[in-house]
Amino acid sequence: MTRGPVRRTRQGDFELKLSEHERQLLGDLVGQLTSVLGDDYQPSENPILRRLFPVAHPDDHDLEASYQELVGNDLVSLRREKLLVVAATLNENKVDEQTLLAWLNVINDLRLVLGTHLDVSEDDDHDLLDPNNPDADTYAIYGYLGYLLDSIIESLA
Amino acid sequence: MSLAPVEVDEPTSDEDVASDTPWIVLVWNDPINLMSYVTFVLQKLFGYSKEKATTLMLDVHEKGRAVVASGAREKCELDVFRLHEHGLWATMQHD
Repeated sequence: MTRGPVRRTRQGDFELKLSEHERQLLGDLVGQLTSVLGDDYQPSENPILRRLFPVAHPDDHDLEASYQELVGNDLVSLRREKLLVVAATLNENKVDEQTLLAWLNVINDLRLVLGTHLDVSEDDDHDLLDPNNPDADTYAIYGYLGYLLDSIIESLA
Repeated sequence: MSLAPVEVDEPTSDEDVASDTPWIVLVWNDPINLMSYVTFVLQKLFGYSKEKATTLMLDVHEKGRAVVASGAREKCELDVFRLHEHGLWATMQHD
């Protein structure tokens, strides 16, 4: 089994082997996502927000409106709570399972944001790291988040 | 985590007829979510076995979508909400 940055300990909590630089990067991204989310749910044409808050009833406008009214603010506040958990534990070397589950969702949300921004598709893996690609840095961060997410999932399994 | 697949087609008793009309919850393919993440979320939210969650994930990946749950409208709406909370692209519709 590969040794990823996240591992379950014998005590049942989880060790985070992350560098200062990685923690700083995650902190920056968490701050950015927090400001993108805002305080309340607002229907938006912004593709990133549309991806974070998908339509539940694509064929029924009225049902969709009532779904958004029912859960929109909860979806925002749950995300904000998890962002706060990650921000508060960014410099920890060990976290419990509940905390790691917040990390799991937040890192996946960050991948959704970056992936939507980059407009990734399933077959454009080859030119991701081409240094001439203006989005090369963002692709590198996107790739790193996938590696971290996989390690978290592996540790929780 | 249970190894047995959870029976999602629960018998309904005293709910009103309209809300008993079966609905299905669909998860759609997207190029961003990791296969491992989709499998993990389906196990966590629905109590599916690794095998069942993997089969559903592969259906999403290869066929573009999969039915991951079904039942009355309120129950399906809650399922969709939890899938949206976890960043999966989920919708619901009448069966």
